[in-house]
Amino acid sequence: MSTEARKPPPQIALKIRRVLGGKTGWNGIAVQFAFAAVLGWIAYEIVSNARANLENQHIAAGFGFLGNNAGFDVNQTLISYTGSDTFLRVFLVGLLNTLVVSVVGIVFATVIGFIVALCRLSPNWLLSRVGEIYVEIIRNLPVLFQILFWYLAVLAALPNPRQSISLLGIAFVSNRGLVIPRPIGESGFEVFVAVLALGIVASLALRIYARRALFQRGQMIRIWPYVLGLLFGLPLVTMLVSGLPFTFELPQLKGFNFAGGSRIIPEFVALTLALSTYTAAFIAEIVRAGILSVHSGQMEAGSSLGLSRGTTLRLVVVPQAMRVIVPPLTNQYLNLTKNSSLAVAIGYPDLVSVFAGTSLSQTGQAIEIIAMTMGVYLLISLITSAVMSVYGWRVSRSLGA
Amino acid sequence: MKRVTLALTLALAAGLTAQAADAQTLKTVKDRGMLSCGVSQGLPGFSSPDDKGNWTGLDVDVCRAIAGAIFNDPTKVKYVPLSAKDRFTALQSGEVDVLSRNTTWTISRDTSLGANFTGVTYYDGQGFMVKKSLKVNSALELNSASVCVQTGTTTEQNLADYFKANNMKYEVIAFGTNDETVKAYEAGRCDVFTTDQSGLYANRLKLANPGDHMVLPEIISKEPLGPMVRHGDDQWFDIVKWTLFALITTEELGVTAKNVDEKAKLENPELKRVLGTDGNFGEQLGLTKDWVVRIVKAVGNYGEVFDRNVGAGSPLAINRGLNNLWNKGGLQYAPPIR
Repeated sequence: MSTEARKPPPQIALKIRRVLGGKTGWNGIAVQFAFAAVLGWIAYEIVSNARANLENQHIAAGFGFLGNNAGFDVNQTLISYTGSDTFLRVFLVGLLNTLVVSVVGIVFATVIGFIVALCRLSPNWLLSRVGEIYVEIIRNLPVLFQILFWYLAVLAALPNPRQSISLLGIAFVSNRGLVIPRPIGESGFEVFVAVLALGIVASLALRIYARRALFQRGQMIRIWPYVLGLLFGLPLVTMLVSGLPFTFELPQLKGFNFAGGSRIIPEFVALTLALSTYTAAFIAEIVRAGILSVHSGQMEAGSSLGLSRGTTLRLVVVPQAMRVIVPPLTNQYLNLTKNSSLAVAIGYPDLVSVFAGTSLSQTGQAIEIIAMTMGVYLLISLITSAVMSVYGWRVSRSLGA
Repeated sequence: MKRVTLALTLALAAGLTAQAADAQTLKTVKDRGMLSCGVSQGLPGFSSPDDKGNWTGLDVDVCRAIAGAIFNDPTKVKYVPLSAKDRFTALQSGEVDVLSRNTTWTISRDTSLGANFTGVTYYDGQGFMVKKSLKVNSALELNSASVCVQTGTTTEQNLADYFKANNMKYEVIAFGTNDETVKAYEAGRCDVFTTDQSGLYANRLKLANPGDHMVLPEIISKEPLGPMVRHGDDQWFDIVKWTLFALITTEELGVTAKNVDEKAKLENPELKRVLGTDGNFGEQLGLTKDWVVRIVKAVGNYGEVFDRNVGAGSPLAINRGLNNLWNKGGLQYAPPIR
């Protein structure tokens, strides 16, 4: 009859048991390991089987094709690219094209979405009806049709290059896109850029200083004259000293098309327009829900302090609404990025079009290419989510929640 | 488009597990009671559905001929419309038994895709179509032009080669499907539409005013079009290959859909061999003795197929040219059936 107390189990073993097995203890851990082993075995079987069969059927496998010459051209490249570059280069070109349409789309979608939401919430009958009609029409039509609509509408409305619409003789709009003068760096270019960067950094520092003065000492400092001087005055002075930092290459009509200048292709315009207006309809509803989630007392409190409706919205309501808005907003950003893969329908050279499309059928290596493409979309989405989570966390923190 | 590719790729990854062991395509087709045939999404003359939903065209007739040889019933075909970039994946994954979809025979496609070309049904070459109002008479005048092209084709690469070789600049706009490409060309997005010359004539019929457009004289590439089958099933490869040869041989011998029964009764040794009253070549292929008779009854001989779909008897009215028989100045030639 020993009355010796039972020894408590060692802490580390206890922790492992709790993490892996939960309430079921060591049995649970065994089940977990068995399950992981089965999953691993299935994955291994699939991979090795597919490999063996690809080999049997003499289907090329592996990532060696990335070093081969692509042999086809792409009509919008942010980095230099010719037909004699490799498939890896094609991958980068497509990726950048996807990213640029996503980023520009997200910016426009957010701006339009906020404006439409504020319209819908406006006490003005006409404005709120316009907002409502916009949302109800746009979000109830399939996005592919909207892309095709904008593309064909944009194309149909524009003349051919020989009858292009001239904007002051330096920019031209036609169904080949918008051609604008291209800046070409001259001798004073580096100095100019350095001074401009300095001006931006100094302005930001000034702003931080002014905010701190406002919140800590209640002191209002008017900074805009200094900012103006830093952003425009300083570069202007540099220009006077070291001459024009760049000259413009003007587009000229040669043969079928414009030579020289930079060009924005209509496919890009149509895709950005369609994606941003479509996503904006959803964002508008999210923003509206967010703003309505803030108690109406806040608005009343603002106006009893003598703040205007706009100021109350900006300083009181929207910051509180952001907490509700940010998570679903992230979803919309992800949707927009993924929807950009519909680009192939209108010939915009995005990742899916040039890599998972053209490169795939040139090389026939479907598994590798689709895996890479899926991996990239996953990565873009995860990065977007991470950035938005950090932003959401900061919003909550600044509200003291 | 993306979803189709994705689904096919997944099917390929998973389906490959079963595929290699299951090389008995003929048995699979017989058990299914249907031939699964990959065709285009609509190219008049080669494969396009008519207003009743029936598929017609030269490539379609190849499918019908194979089905005729196997089932003695050319209607037992399931047509799977495929875009240019999905076609090989569909063949690799076993979605289709034969790919008869105006596909150019190249070395890379023959060696790295796990598939074989079985022959040439149409000798083609890449050309350019422009609006007459541009007043262009030669492809060499196309410097700085915008060119519409369908993505995932040899056309895209030939185009890059041709403009580079001739030191000309151009802008390429690549679309997912043939119809999108034609629509963009018609909307004025590009000056030039390029594809195989047969395709140019076929697509011109789709335009609102075909008379406003012209095909330039230059042919910038060799595009031998033919059906493909998967690696690893030699019997099936032989069946598809010899179905094509049977079509050509019967034209050579003057056997047509109408007179095939009478010809089979003649005491001509070659006719007897080909039409199966003598010898057992059909059985060696895994088919029946009268396989050629079945093929000809299903679609006629190669000349009839050509005339009906793309030649004089069709709206396309393309000359036989290279596609005439070898003894009439063309390239169509079949090894002997003996």
